[in-house]
Amino acid sequence: MDLSSIQPGLLIASLMVAATPILIAALGEMVVERAGVLNLGVEGMMITGAVCGFVVAVQTGSPLFGFAAAAGGGAALALIFGLLTQMALANQVASGLALTLFGLGLSALLGQSYLGVRPPSTARLDIPVLGDIPGLGAVLFAHDWMVYFGLFLTLAVWAFLRHTRAGLILRAVGENAEAAHALGYKVVRVRLLAILFGGACAGLGGAYLSLVRVPQWTEGMTSGAGWIALALVVFASWRAGRVLMGAYLFGGMTVLQLNLQAAGVAIPVEYLSMSPYLVTILVLVIMSARRNQAPGDLGRTFHSAR
Amino acid sequence: MVRLERRAKPSALWAVLAPLVAVLITMCAGGILFAVLGKDPFEAIATIFWEPLFGEFAEFYRPQLLVKGGPLVLIAIGLSLGFRAGVWNIGAEGQYIVGALCGAGVALAAYPAEHALLFPAMILAGLAGGWAWAMIPALLKWRFGASEILVSLMLVYVAERLLKAMSLGVMKNPDGMGFPGSRNLQDYPSAHNAEIFADTGLHWGVVAALIAVIASYVLLSRHVLGFHIRLSGQAPRAARFAGVSPGRLMLFCMGVSGALAGAAGLFEVAGPAGQIGISFNAGYGFTAIIVAFLGRLHPVGIALAGALMALTYIGGEIAQGDLGLPAAAIQLFQGMLLFFLLAVDVLTHFRLQFARKGTM
Repeated sequence: MDLSSIQPGLLIASLMVAATPILIAALGEMVVERAGVLNLGVEGMMITGAVCGFVVAVQTGSPLFGFAAAAGGGAALALIFGLLTQMALANQVASGLALTLFGLGLSALLGQSYLGVRPPSTARLDIPVLGDIPGLGAVLFAHDWMVYFGLFLTLAVWAFLRHTRAGLILRAVGENAEAAHALGYKVVRVRLLAILFGGACAGLGGAYLSLVRVPQWTEGMTSGAGWIALALVVFASWRAGRVLMGAYLFGGMTVLQLNLQAAGVAIPVEYLSMSPYLVTILVLVIMSARRNQAPGDLGRTFHSAR
Repeated sequence: MVRLERRAKPSALWAVLAPLVAVLITMCAGGILFAVLGKDPFEAIATIFWEPLFGEFAEFYRPQLLVKGGPLVLIAIGLSLGFRAGVWNIGAEGQYIVGALCGAGVALAAYPAEHALLFPAMILAGLAGGWAWAMIPALLKWRFGASEILVSLMLVYVAERLLKAMSLGVMKNPDGMGFPGSRNLQDYPSAHNAEIFADTGLHWGVVAALIAVIASYVLLSRHVLGFHIRLSGQAPRAARFAGVSPGRLMLFCMGVSGALAGAAGLFEVAGPAGQIGISFNAGYGFTAIIVAFLGRLHPVGIALAGALMALTYIGGEIAQGDLGLPAAAIQLFQGMLLFFLLAVDVLTHFRLQFARKGTM
């Protein structure tokens, strides 16, 4: 075992990359849950985004089109969930699970002829001045543009929920749908838009896995990232800033675990790779024991009789 | 303009009709899907639903119906109790794996001793393993309020890695020339979950599934505990006034579903699968969720839904071989079925009202 092979700078650089997919997916899901909808289909939307992004990026040779297609694919799947839960008033838990099962099948079908193909590489965003800072520059400012998109999205979601009128309406719909309806807000429309946004974000997160992080397409490649993103929202007690913190924490855990594997720690790989899931459970337990901060109407079906 | 109006009470007609309509719509949508994939839709649908039952080689396929349906029904019966009470154990796949590991562990520890009580001991170990794995999310929910959905699901990934570690490590067959996987229990008479009648597919897991169907029917319709389960799902507040402890009921539902999933895993590893291997789990724990909903969370419905889902598995395999239909298409097909069921289900609780815009 050689722990000295683990370099802190490299660790931070790679944790930013490892955190990005779950960060983007969790931000989307947070907005959905703030609107009072629990979409358990994040895993399904992520993997659909992963395959859509991969296929389009390989076909067009442009990662940008890939990411756009991934957002579209995730949103399309989310639309099914939205129609089921908002129009047909189906149970949200069951519909979310259906979305995940469906997404896993769909992605396996779409991606079957793309196994082992290499995607076009996503451009690095070499930030001119900051990137030249010795040491720190390479660690923080020389990633691909999706890493910074994730950071920007965190800020945007925070500002939207906190400082805009639309954000206030979305929160009102999530806290008390009946009251929001009585005030004349279109509960179903707001929720559908939030669901679509959540789907697009999950799709982007998935595409980041298949286009940048891995970068390859394999069946079931998200391996629980969508569920971790769901847990992250609970961990963050539905706040954008804490989602970022949580995502970096999980990213750090994943990277550290991989580094320990590489350094040859005397624990079998199978046990080490359990750690992200076990940490997720631990964090869920700690956060759930506190005061419940979930949006008031989370997971409740809304049906206006009038 | 179409509006939904809540029915005074759920429609009994649509409760029965919804799954059938959903299956029909899925067949149509599946036909379109197969046509897009460049296969003859009618031939594909016939291969999946007709061939295994009445086709040329049906003799060979029919026993498979029990082999695949048994674990699905056994797991789904357990899940349905929880789903009725609003307890969402979606980690049955993990409990299935751990049940198989515990049961096979007992057999491998006893190898090569022959004893009549070995198989019953394995069943107990399987039940206990699944139960214990389900108790982790149950206790965390009970004590700390952690979401049983997320915790039970995370434990599926942990169980999958445990399975890998076991088949590469402790349980690896010492005579296996270095290949991953345990000894084959089919070659170990005391531990083998053999067919009760040869070539019927009827092994002890199928018997257990039938017992579970009957027991769950009696529980739900004749026992006060079943009444409490139904009450908690439909009116949680009323249930609390009636003296039902939500925590204890949750522990019970999680425990039963975990134990049954564990037993299903044991019967599979000691019978059709034969050994612990890296890819031992085949997604029964997730498909059972579809089975539970398709069967309307009703024991008899679940038995029928399990048979139908087993049919799509077998038909899907035939279609893979004969028509070159990709394996994922069947998975997609099963997912679609659940979607359409959830969509059609709206008619059970709501009535469609067609009204002109002016009258609103």
